[in-house]
Amino acid sequence: MTTFDDIQDKVPAPSLEKKISSDRVLDVGFWGLTLLLAISAGAVLIWVILQTANSSLPAIQQFGLGFLTTMTWNPVTNIYGVLPQIYGTLVTSFIALLIAIPVGVGVAVFLTEDFVPRYITTPIAFAIELIVAIPSVVLGLWGIFVLIPFLRPFFQFLNNTFGWIPIFGGGAPRGNNLLVVGLVLSLMIVPLIISITRSTFEVLPPSLRAGSLALGATRWETILKVLIPAGLSGIISSVMLALGRAMGETMVAAMMVGNANRIDISILQPGATITGLIASQFGEAGRLQVSALMYAGLVLMVLSLIVNILAELIIRRFQNIE
Amino acid sequence: MTVNNELINQSQAFSDSTSVIDVEDWNVYYGDFHALKSIFLKVPKNKVTAFIGPSGCGKSTLLRCFNRLNDLIPSFRATGRMTYHGQDLYSSNVDAVQVRRRIGMVFQKPNPFPKSIYDNIAYGVRVNGIKGDMDEIVEQSLRRAALWDEVKDKLKQNGTAISGGQQQRLCIARAIAVQPDVVLMDEPCASLDPISTLKIEELIHQLKENYTIVIVTHNMQQASRVADLTAFFNVRVVDDKRQGYLAEVDRTEIIFQNPKEEATQQYVSGRFG
Repeated sequence: MTTFDDIQDKVPAPSLEKKISSDRVLDVGFWGLTLLLAISAGAVLIWVILQTANSSLPAIQQFGLGFLTTMTWNPVTNIYGVLPQIYGTLVTSFIALLIAIPVGVGVAVFLTEDFVPRYITTPIAFAIELIVAIPSVVLGLWGIFVLIPFLRPFFQFLNNTFGWIPIFGGGAPRGNNLLVVGLVLSLMIVPLIISITRSTFEVLPPSLRAGSLALGATRWETILKVLIPAGLSGIISSVMLALGRAMGETMVAAMMVGNANRIDISILQPGATITGLIASQFGEAGRLQVSALMYAGLVLMVLSLIVNILAELIIRRFQNIE
Repeated sequence: MTVNNELINQSQAFSDSTSVIDVEDWNVYYGDFHALKSIFLKVPKNKVTAFIGPSGCGKSTLLRCFNRLNDLIPSFRATGRMTYHGQDLYSSNVDAVQVRRRIGMVFQKPNPFPKSIYDNIAYGVRVNGIKGDMDEIVEQSLRRAALWDEVKDKLKQNGTAISGGQQQRLCIARAIAVQPDVVLMDEPCASLDPISTLKIEELIHQLKENYTIVIVTHNMQQASRVADLTAFFNVRVVDDKRQGYLAEVDRTEIIFQNPKEEATQQYVSGRFG
């Protein structure tokens, strides 16, 4: 009779030592490859930052931090400052977010909560993602030739009726203004918010929904008070990516913002953005001017960095509710 | 007619207590698929009714009919009559949201909201517009769910950060905070360790003073420990599709010791299922 012990005796003890096999070579090779790719992604970023900083050195030495608070941009006297551009960048991005967040989250809820059958939501979702494929220069042209003429009466109406509110005030509204740039930017970032928020909602456990409904909550209460808070970190990351995109978008701003070197509290007046400034002046810039433009680019990068760090902090804060 | 016999059996079993939910000739379909066939059942007040039976016999489906949670499934369709204190649960003027407030539910996997322990309980109370001192309601609900002593110092902690057994008791506390009449439990101990299971079972014993409880369980011992009435569901193959039906319902002792149906005998003694 064969006992368990007999069988045990016949089986050699398996070796636990490292073996040089093809598996192991692949394993180490793969590790090395991913490490290389990860490092090169970081290295390119650092290279760009260093190069930009280096090129902007003359301007930094000349203007220092005063660059951030100066309103002049004068290639003739070589005095540069980007306060209006910082203001314009922040205002247009803020307008874009103000429109894109509710629309994006709303559409994401609509697409994931089975309000309508799948065969209707799938093409809608596909069409939304196609918006991303439109080149921004095309959107800029569309803005100039279609959107601005279309919205002109609306701007006029806002100015006439709500002109007493400073943000709609100022003189006669212009076609190229901060609001129209914010609108087009919102169109560009809404797909980002929708697709990330949508995938966040899709991976929320269905038991959350059932649990809330089983307590006698309505569908809206479930969405607003359980699902959206549960998916908040995903929503915030989508918003932050979108904000980065809005702040960095160049063509639309350069084509539609008016490139007016001024700070106007009214969003119906033209303004300027950092990206628009760089794009429109780079071609014919003198030496110190190029350096100043590089400095402006550096400012934009730092702005984006601050926004991203803030986002990271917000997400951490919401992830552990204590 | 076995169906009629079951009805008679059951009315003899608990003729002294009134029924909270009455099910008459209830059929459930998912599209063309006939999932549950002609169920007759009375759920007695302030008793624990257990649903047992092999997988796919439709016991959870029936449970989810009681609080109209199946409404969420587009292909769901039901025929027959299901009444709650005499009111037709599926009448067109009945609001499913109101039904779910009266008939609460605890799920198979603990599903606390990713909110604080306090807010997990306050949420249901708020959406139902229940007036009262919220701190008091939270404390009372947690006490009834035998969880207060363990969490009273960390009410602001996330409800998902406590142990599985605690999470399930939190879900029970959350369900009873909205002052329901019936509590449905869908395999509430399926994902819990034996000690947590024991705590939940003790809790069920206490809760039946105030609530009517219906529990689905795969655990035979659990049914025999907690239930006053046990319903055995079975599954048969009709046109190559599995169809659930209610095979037998009676006092728990009778189901476990002296059932009338052969299949029940085999199932409770562990010979199939």
